[in-house]
Amino acid sequence: MSTSTDLSMKRYISSNAGHLRRRLTNRIMLGFAGLMTLLALVPLVWIIGYVILRGGQAINLSFFTQMPRPLGVAGGGVLPAIEGTLLLVLLAGLFSIPPGVLAAFYVSRYPNTPLGTAVRFGTDVLSGVPSIVIGLFVYALVVKPQGHFSAFAGGVALALLMLPTIIRTTEEMLKLVPYSLREASLALGAPEWKTSLSVILPAAINGVATGFLLGLARAMGETAPLLFTALGNDRFELSKIVSSGIANNQDIFAIIGRIFSQPVDSLPLTLWKYGQQPFPERVEQSWAVARVLMLLILAINIIARVWIQNRSAAKKK
Amino acid sequence: MPQTLPPGSSSAKSFSRRLNQVLKHGDRPWQALIILMASFVLLIIVAVAALLWLQSSNARQAFGFGFIIPTADPSWNPITDVFQAWPFIYGTLFTSLIAILFAVPISLGIAVFLSELCPAWLRNPLSRMIELLAAIPSVVYGLWGIFVFLPVVVAPFGNFLANTLGTVPLLGAFFSGPISAGGSSRLAAGLILTIMIIPTITSVTRDVLLAIPNSQREAALALGATRWEMIWQVLLPYGLSGILGAVILGLGRALGETMAVTMVIGNSIQNSLSILRPGYTMSSIIANEFAEAVSVLHSEALIMIGLVLFVMTLLLNLGARLLVRRVAGKVPTSEARA
Repeated sequence: MSTSTDLSMKRYISSNAGHLRRRLTNRIMLGFAGLMTLLALVPLVWIIGYVILRGGQAINLSFFTQMPRPLGVAGGGVLPAIEGTLLLVLLAGLFSIPPGVLAAFYVSRYPNTPLGTAVRFGTDVLSGVPSIVIGLFVYALVVKPQGHFSAFAGGVALALLMLPTIIRTTEEMLKLVPYSLREASLALGAPEWKTSLSVILPAAINGVATGFLLGLARAMGETAPLLFTALGNDRFELSKIVSSGIANNQDIFAIIGRIFSQPVDSLPLTLWKYGQQPFPERVEQSWAVARVLMLLILAINIIARVWIQNRSAAKKK
Repeated sequence: MPQTLPPGSSSAKSFSRRLNQVLKHGDRPWQALIILMASFVLLIIVAVAALLWLQSSNARQAFGFGFIIPTADPSWNPITDVFQAWPFIYGTLFTSLIAILFAVPISLGIAVFLSELCPAWLRNPLSRMIELLAAIPSVVYGLWGIFVFLPVVVAPFGNFLANTLGTVPLLGAFFSGPISAGGSSRLAAGLILTIMIIPTITSVTRDVLLAIPNSQREAALALGATRWEMIWQVLLPYGLSGILGAVILGLGRALGETMAVTMVIGNSIQNSLSILRPGYTMSSIIANEFAEAVSVLHSEALIMIGLVLFVMTLLLNLGARLLVRRVAGKVPTSEARA
């Protein structure tokens, strides 16, 4: 490993001419390992570079702020997809953070009870369930009984995808909170739940946030679970629903209910639909969506990972 | 003094004390709550299986096991309501197999490079870059695949395979060309999947290799092994079950991957063995047809495919986690020490 062992090995090997073959194999295979690393970086750079360049062409302000126009009419944007993505992410966060954090409390507090082991195992298994199967599940659970596709169903599907990430990350972060904090709080007479919520949770709140971000980065790019839950709806316009609701004197809950009970678009859904159409302007827009989506997800991912690493490094010192 | 207190407040006090005794100052409800939420995870997995099972009961009665066994002349016909899933199962297994064949040597190479060869300052940035491959959304892979990867890489590579391996007797059936001009084929799906599962296999393998104690390396080198011999004859066997687990995890991801595969595989129910022909996978038939399924049996057949897919990935995941856990138990990791 160190250069001195390397040197002594070289001396030993060079003194043995018969070991030329071994040395050669060594060189070739180590070179192969390096080559494979370079090879894997090729698609990474290729995809990111190409999407950024190609997707930049159709991006302007109206892309973010306007409704889609009919085919043949130039311009137009993907406002429904942006609004839909925000709604779905909001719902997914609401549905996944509270149970995820509470489950993480259990798993970090009692990691070796039968339930704790089973839950950690179950979390791993859940994260391996194909997203399209989650879509089918939510269809059977929510869409079919309700009788219509909705943003609500899409939010449930994304929440199920985020849940394992949130539990895992939060669990790791809760474990990093020093035990003395817990003991101090308990010794002062605070009950377990108060200790958990007002001492341990604030100390680990960054971890919860990173867990949410990582889950978000995963859920935001998902298309398959939305195909038959949120379905897609390129005429979804938030401002119209709100203004018509106000005009009809509906109360706020009725308006919110209407927003979440409609099918919505999302960025990946739009990308999928536009990318397969034979119209060049749609394809250009799908590249633009790809660029926005990819950069957003990569940014969230990198921020969360850097954050998590700084956090764990600081705690371990 | 107890006797000076009015009787009402005394009983209220004793009631609240008793309540606190029972609830342990709120700890009982808190514990019930976190146990409930923790069990929620397990409940979801059971519920997925149960709901998919219940929702496909008609299709199960109509088709039975014939639904999933191999047939020479499979039928997928929404008009006559006869459905057989073999072409999709074949497509899923075949594309995943291609992906594993390509991804395993590449990922092992990267993991070895990351854990054994590269300088320490480069390890984390490089690992993170490889992991970014997993963060790129599946649809973006699909779009890039259709317009860039397929015409530039897959089509020429496919023609090369057709001209070389395609002429070999027997084996040639798997490589009979020509590949379509756009490149849509099982090969395309397999290669896109390769890129998508490299980060999974790499990161688990890297962690397994890094968890192997240094004494193993030192012992091998001290016995005069070259660095490669140390890796090949000591480290890889030592971490074998963990690496196997990593490969199975990658396989599980490949089996369930939907959007990118749907976009590049060509979506065709042909009865062809060839890698260069368009095909169909289990997840892509669900993605394409479920929202527009015409009859009850049609949608139930798709749910049944989903159930088969779920069971396959469930078993693979269970196996993989057990294998990885066994290695993690063998060497002291940070988790075990805590």
